[in-house]
Amino acid sequence: MNLEDYKGIWIFVEYTEDKISELTFELLGIGRRLADKLKVELSSVILGHNIKCDLNLLFHYGSDKIYKLDNKHLEVYRTIPFTDALEYLVNKYRPEVLILPATSIGKDLAPRLACRLETGLSADCTELDIGPDGNLIQKKPSYSENDYITILTPNHRPQMITIRSKIFTPQTPDPNRTGKIIEEHLELNESENWTKILEIIEEDQEDANIQEAEIIVSVGRGIKKPENLGLIKKLSSCINASIGASRSIVDLGWISHYHQVGLTGKTVKPKIYIACGISGAVHHIIGMKSSDFIIAINKDPEAPIFQVADIGIIGDLFEIIPILIDKLTIK
Amino acid sequence: MKIIVCIKQVPETNNIDFNPSDLTINRSHVNGIINPFDLNAIEEAVRIKEKFDDVTISVISMGPPSFEKTLKEALTYGLDSAYLISDKLFAGSDTFSTAYILAESIKAIGDFDLILCGKHAIDGETGQVGSEIAENLKIPQATNVKKIEFHENKKIIKVESDTENGYRVLEVKLPALITVNKEINVPRIPSFKDARKALKIPIIKWDLGKLKNIDKTKIGLTGSPTKVVNIEKFQKKKDTKFISGTPNEIVNELYQILKDKHVV
Repeated sequence: MNLEDYKGIWIFVEYTEDKISELTFELLGIGRRLADKLKVELSSVILGHNIKCDLNLLFHYGSDKIYKLDNKHLEVYRTIPFTDALEYLVNKYRPEVLILPATSIGKDLAPRLACRLETGLSADCTELDIGPDGNLIQKKPSYSENDYITILTPNHRPQMITIRSKIFTPQTPDPNRTGKIIEEHLELNESENWTKILEIIEEDQEDANIQEAEIIVSVGRGIKKPENLGLIKKLSSCINASIGASRSIVDLGWISHYHQVGLTGKTVKPKIYIACGISGAVHHIIGMKSSDFIIAINKDPEAPIFQVADIGIIGDLFEIIPILIDKLTIK
Repeated sequence: MKIIVCIKQVPETNNIDFNPSDLTINRSHVNGIINPFDLNAIEEAVRIKEKFDDVTISVISMGPPSFEKTLKEALTYGLDSAYLISDKLFAGSDTFSTAYILAESIKAIGDFDLILCGKHAIDGETGQVGSEIAENLKIPQATNVKKIEFHENKKIIKVESDTENGYRVLEVKLPALITVNKEINVPRIPSFKDARKALKIPIIKWDLGKLKNIDKTKIGLTGSPTKVVNIEKFQKKKDTKFISGTPNEIVNELYQILKDKHVV
């Protein structure tokens, strides 16, 4: 493999119906910075059939080019045809970096594709930069050690990574930016390896879209029993917050996994994060430490959550929260 | 029907504590356990075995010789054979190399109908090895699965694969690889009978001498496409401001902070 043959940064575009995902714009934001540093083009790659979303937005958010592959077999996501299509495009245009969203689709697709292309893949990168030799510096927390690890893919291309939502910010869209759309065609032949989509079920997620929330009231084992969750719900409705939860109470079945913040749950980055009765296991801290402002209420002064908190309250949530609710409702 | 379950030993992190000075994990009493999601994969395999005749389950893991204990534990769930893939030259393999070694080992085991893996390991949380094994073996995959149903002919399965806002129902032809999440089942406590039976099952140990087809340029530290080049402590301690006083005093101050932050 001649590394010099690989140029440019690619972002895999994820969308539903006619709407490009917010995460895609976040990926374009960091992709733009990397492309400028390398002085190369930033491109979006979009797969689908009769794609209806407004592709100009990809230019507004920083893309120089769009590679678009339309095929009836790409109408909904399936592992093999999507892998085949991306393999074809990567081998034809040879990007040096390929960034995919760490979503259910991205996490299914990225490793399959990386293996097909015989290249490296780093999951859930949280910091990216370009090294003096032009390599992509991939940083991520090592969950088991609570360290930051730095990863390179020095001898393989493209350098592939996935990124979770709310890790990077989109750049301010520039409505005057435009670029070139390259339409690609590829014959895809159905094989035994293709899964068949029988149904796509969308579930009512209550108010649990915690990744979009500006304020999160999060709750852990300190709540003692599921009946006490009413207190947290009351507080959250007073201040228009979403409810987050630690893994322990999700595992106990006290609250649905949609609320789970942390390692096996969601990464959140709200303006205000209020941790109630959460000791702050490493799993949890990883998912919330980037919040703008963190308030922690816990009885145990040694609780690790205080180490990442801006405001620490050593006290009993059952004493403090009811008084706070009263004050918030009376005004 | 032949089922292969891939498992990984991970540090027991439910009871971890921190060194308060630098927030690193205090490792002095960390045990190795079966990755929790892999237990769901084992449980699902055992349930399939209980449902149909002539099902055999093999469990496979790559790692140092000390992982033998974890495989022994896996066998107590009522599995039929266990393979430990271990060689000094495997050390330092990233997900690409690990999946390659496991796929070559699975080929050496022989025919199979279904490979089950946990959706990810709780220590690395990449969730990549399953898909990479499937690609190496050129078989279909479904990831993050919470339900598996067999078609009458036992050649096709219907699975429910979780997404951000629901799930997708997929039809997958066997042989296939499925990664499962914790919603698929609740792993049992192994029975005394199965645990006793497991004592008699030897762990089959394979190294590069046995796995002759493995291309040594694709494994270990040198063969892995990704290289870990640096490790640094990441938790800078924040200057936490502590509020103290009576609950009323605390709430007054907290209320003021929320007001300053335009929450109220």
